[in-house]
Amino acid sequence: MIMTDIRWFKYSSPQTFYPLAGTLAPWFSAAAALLAIAGLYISFFMAPTDFQQGEAYRIIFIHVPAAWMSMFLYLVMAVWAAIGLAWNTRLSSMMACAIAPTGAIMTFIALWTGALWGKPMWGAWWVWDARLTSELILLFLYLGFMFLHAAIDDPRRADRAAAVIAIVGAINVPIIYFSVKWWNTLHQGASVSLMRSPSMAATMLLGMLVMALAFWMYSIAVILMRVRCVIIERERHADWIKAPGALE
Amino acid sequence: MNWGSLSAFIEMGGYGGYVWGSFGVTAVCFVLEAAAVAARRRSLLRERRELD
Amino acid sequence: MSAPGLLDSVVAVVARDLRIALRRRADVMTSLIFFVIVVSLFPLGVGADPVLLRTLGPGVVWVAALLACMLALARLFANDYADGTLEQMVLAPQPLALLVLAKTAAHWLTTGLPLVIVAPLLGVQFDLDADALLILLASLLLGTPTLSLIGGIGAALTLGLRGGGALLALLVLPLYIPVLIFGAGAVEASAAALGAGAHLSLLAALLLGSLVFAPWATALALRIAIE
Repeated sequence: MIMTDIRWFKYSSPQTFYPLAGTLAPWFSAAAALLAIAGLYISFFMAPTDFQQGEAYRIIFIHVPAAWMSMFLYLVMAVWAAIGLAWNTRLSSMMACAIAPTGAIMTFIALWTGALWGKPMWGAWWVWDARLTSELILLFLYLGFMFLHAAIDDPRRADRAAAVIAIVGAINVPIIYFSVKWWNTLHQGASVSLMRSPSMAATMLLGMLVMALAFWMYSIAVILMRVRCVIIERERHADWIKAPGALE
Repeated sequence: MNWGSLSAFIEMGGYGGYVWGSFGVTAVCFVLEAAAVAARRRSLLRERRELD
Repeated sequence: MSAPGLLDSVVAVVARDLRIALRRRADVMTSLIFFVIVVSLFPLGVGADPVLLRTLGPGVVWVAALLACMLALARLFANDYADGTLEQMVLAPQPLALLVLAKTAAHWLTTGLPLVIVAPLLGVQFDLDADALLILLASLLLGTPTLSLIGGIGAALTLGLRGGGALLALLVLPLYIPVLIFGAGAVEASAAALGAGAHLSLLAALLLGSLVFAPWATALALRIAIE
């Protein structure tokens, strides 16, 4: 009964969402900071040394969360963009816009840490492993979304066009992943995987989960902050935004 | 406790460059991203003040 | 006066685009010659060792086909967009996706098909044997229509944008990767006596999937561009 009294759709307009995002962002930032401290403590002081990979395996504590977030954020971005395309809701498209840079950064971090892990383990900075290759392609998909959006001057056309490429990309990600995997097995690729550690201790898993939560909270915080900027830019000429104190 | 001394912690069993290179660049990415968003907000607010 | 039937309008669009292509033969030839030149450059770059060329051959031909298809994409809607024909198509009673499919078919007949026909000749340059050439031909025949279909989405999205060419490459090339992997993989698999059946089936599956999905997405993108 109580739940139905909350008018969720109230927050679907930029005007009401702007202050809400401003209220929520510091909480998510604080949660991200606390979780990051806990996660770093687990990953450096509680998790034991891996007998096969030595201390280098500690890179998974950021590599895996970054890779998870990069894929998850792409999906969320595509869903928001699709909602914006289907129902013409401005805020959904703004959310998609705000998510893309964070997703691209997560993808970059996954690639960078993958390379730094690969050098001591595989003896090469880059191996055409199915996961790494798919991450690289995911980065191209993020860049395509951002550049297409930037190339179109009319924001509404930009939203809708970028939504189409986001949806097409989301459908293609699994196809690309499986095709690269197939190709990789055919070419006798690397058999050691970051995730396939034979002795995945419970503390390692815990560290990864806590760090993933920290990354998640950070992403939400920075996306909320960015969507506030996007709202100001897009709603520049709206009456509500000209009111004194509206930007607080 | 895994580490006997600070230098052992920094060395990471010989993988220090790789481990700290990963964690460091990740931290730099997050700090720069947050700073970029904050700068974007500041310039938008300044633009508003100039309009008023 | 009744509106022409669906099939009639498809035939009319295909015939019209083929007539235009026939009049602008230079356009068609350019992408074909681009394909031939890119493939011919590789031995000059990596050396003429026959064993090396045999392993590189399928991949090189496929990558060049990808690039040639992509270069030709800009032509898919640009002229119709400039002279207002596209606007008429969007307003036409026939489903836009169907007209898009017709345009894509005509586009493939004038850009993809010539590549497929020339490819075996280029394969000979790379010392591929008759079996490999046959598989290459089959994989290109199944794969290049998919390239045209997926490429149509990118062409529609970048319609009339500044810097459209490079943007089109960024949008479309990542989506081409599965076709490249299964296309070039088919020839390699048959060379390794693994049989190309699985690869060719997957290429056919990609073709069917994009046949259903791509014209619809392209039509959506065209409506967004026209509005």
